[in-house]
Amino acid sequence: MIGEDDVRYVARLARLHLEQDEMQRMTGELGKILAHIDKMSELDTDAVLPTAHVLDVVDVTRPDRVEEGLPRAEALRNAPAVTDDSFRVPRMG
Amino acid sequence: MGSLDTLRLTAREAKKLLVDGEVSAAELTKAYLDQIAAVEDRVHAYILVTADNAAKYSTKVDREMQAMRGPLAGLPIAVKDNMVTEGVTTTCASRILHNYMPVYTATAVRQLWDDHVVMLGKTNLDEFAMGSSTENSGVQTTRNPWDLATVPGGSSGGSAAAVAAGEALWALGSDTGGSIRQPAALCGIVGMKPTYGAVSRYGLVAFASSLDQIGPLARSVYDCALLLQHIVGKDPRDATSVALPAPIELPTAARLDGVRVGIPREYLATGIEPGVRARFDETAARVEELGGRCLEVSLPHTEYALPAYYIIAPAEASANLARFDGVRYGHRTADADDLITMYERTRGEGFGPEVKRRIMIGTYALSAGYYDAYYGRAQRVRTLVRRDFESVFEEVDLVASPTSPTVAFRAGSRTDDPLAMYMSDICTIPVNLAGLPAISIPCGLSDGLPVGFQLIGPAFSENRILGAAHALEAAIGFELAPSLRDSSAGPAGAGAPDGEASGPAGGGQR
Repeated sequence: MIGEDDVRYVARLARLHLEQDEMQRMTGELGKILAHIDKMSELDTDAVLPTAHVLDVVDVTRPDRVEEGLPRAEALRNAPAVTDDSFRVPRMG
Repeated sequence: MGSLDTLRLTAREAKKLLVDGEVSAAELTKAYLDQIAAVEDRVHAYILVTADNAAKYSTKVDREMQAMRGPLAGLPIAVKDNMVTEGVTTTCASRILHNYMPVYTATAVRQLWDDHVVMLGKTNLDEFAMGSSTENSGVQTTRNPWDLATVPGGSSGGSAAAVAAGEALWALGSDTGGSIRQPAALCGIVGMKPTYGAVSRYGLVAFASSLDQIGPLARSVYDCALLLQHIVGKDPRDATSVALPAPIELPTAARLDGVRVGIPREYLATGIEPGVRARFDETAARVEELGGRCLEVSLPHTEYALPAYYIIAPAEASANLARFDGVRYGHRTADADDLITMYERTRGEGFGPEVKRRIMIGTYALSAGYYDAYYGRAQRVRTLVRRDFESVFEEVDLVASPTSPTVAFRAGSRTDDPLAMYMSDICTIPVNLAGLPAISIPCGLSDGLPVGFQLIGPAFSENRILGAAHALEAAIGFELAPSLRDSSAGPAGAGAPDGEASGPAGGGQR
């Protein structure tokens, strides 16, 4: 059963800030959803190969041609903060 | 020009009017913009109506008719707001992308723009396409044109409601677990999810990359085929896209002679409303009247499809949505002095509750110690679901089921219970896990609300599905006539659509 400490740990992994009330609600909801998902454990799947992808295509290649890239100004256009033609972020903690 | 009935006009008819010179592209576009102006404050289908662009571009199509002649030239369309459009904001109905101005255009949309289709605007959806009612939108709640107190389904609820309410001739949607077919069913229109890989996903903001697929929502099976013809194809920018073995054909079939249709007993076993079941049974009887044969079949792992989906889709989503971190685009918190806190608060502020839930489930399922028990097992279950379909398609040509176990439900009735909402997609999710094509067509009403009939085929059997659906559609004779009534006492809806895109001059179609 998933507890609030698990939820806090997973939120940290996901880089997702949750308020205290969200944390509590999430704990209850994830518990219910995971209980439903646990239905899968009724099946013996040891001998079954996993499907990551339905198409029978592997190692797709294309000609290695140089094409025009996105101009720097365009790439920076949506950035919340820009400095010296670069994305600006707060310092590491 | 007589007055155009946008509630009934099909793309096939509109195209003929244009070709015969009965109506101009500008007049056609104006008819839809007028209908939007008349009903949008009740339906709330659009996040953004690009009225000025659409009017200007349609005039250009008229003016440059010779150069712009093409099978779709001048036909107006609505696009789900999770496909990026250069110069026109693309929000995914999320606060985290509320101001995002794409610098490129999704391949499927680009193909239509190149065909001189006129874009009317961007439609509402559940945030990042996660949901089954469009109530998870961070922008507004779309209402079902058949009864404004009910939801349009989701996640392509804006596209479906726009088409049903005559606010669009047709629309593009995306389908990860039923997000085209279920809203099409609930709004009484036709919606198709193509085979995985048939349509490029380049520029479709990724939710679950191994399941997502773009497809058409339209007022007829013919229109669906016509639109699909122009969006399929291998795209060098999407390595998972493939060339279809045969071109999409415009359907002509009137009979189903010799067609074997399997009806999986597991799909009818639980939770199908009596009214939905009755319409389904009648439609199955029509299959036989048209010369087809219905056989009971079994897809034994059906009950495990939903649990597998709710690991695989969130796992892929948690990875895909890692890119929304406040660095390169979108919302950034005002409240952080260091980088990690900036990430955490930006995401905490920017994502809504359902997106957070799925990121959490996905992250949990992929975390050390749980990977094999959840993600690994879900992928193995996915194999079993695929094999079920493979063996059934050795006996039958198509599989039929209700699209949704219920008709449109009342707004707010499932929002407090995520699992109840997930059950909305019980008949559509296995199709995505197996990567198969499927269509939903309207097959009648229950309690005054539309019921959808789903036809599923083997991979790349789009033409078979479209042909059978076309024959059934004619036999059913469903009349698309949403009343825009509101069965609830109070006023419906919230928020009005935004104004024109605030992009630079010349954004969008040129």
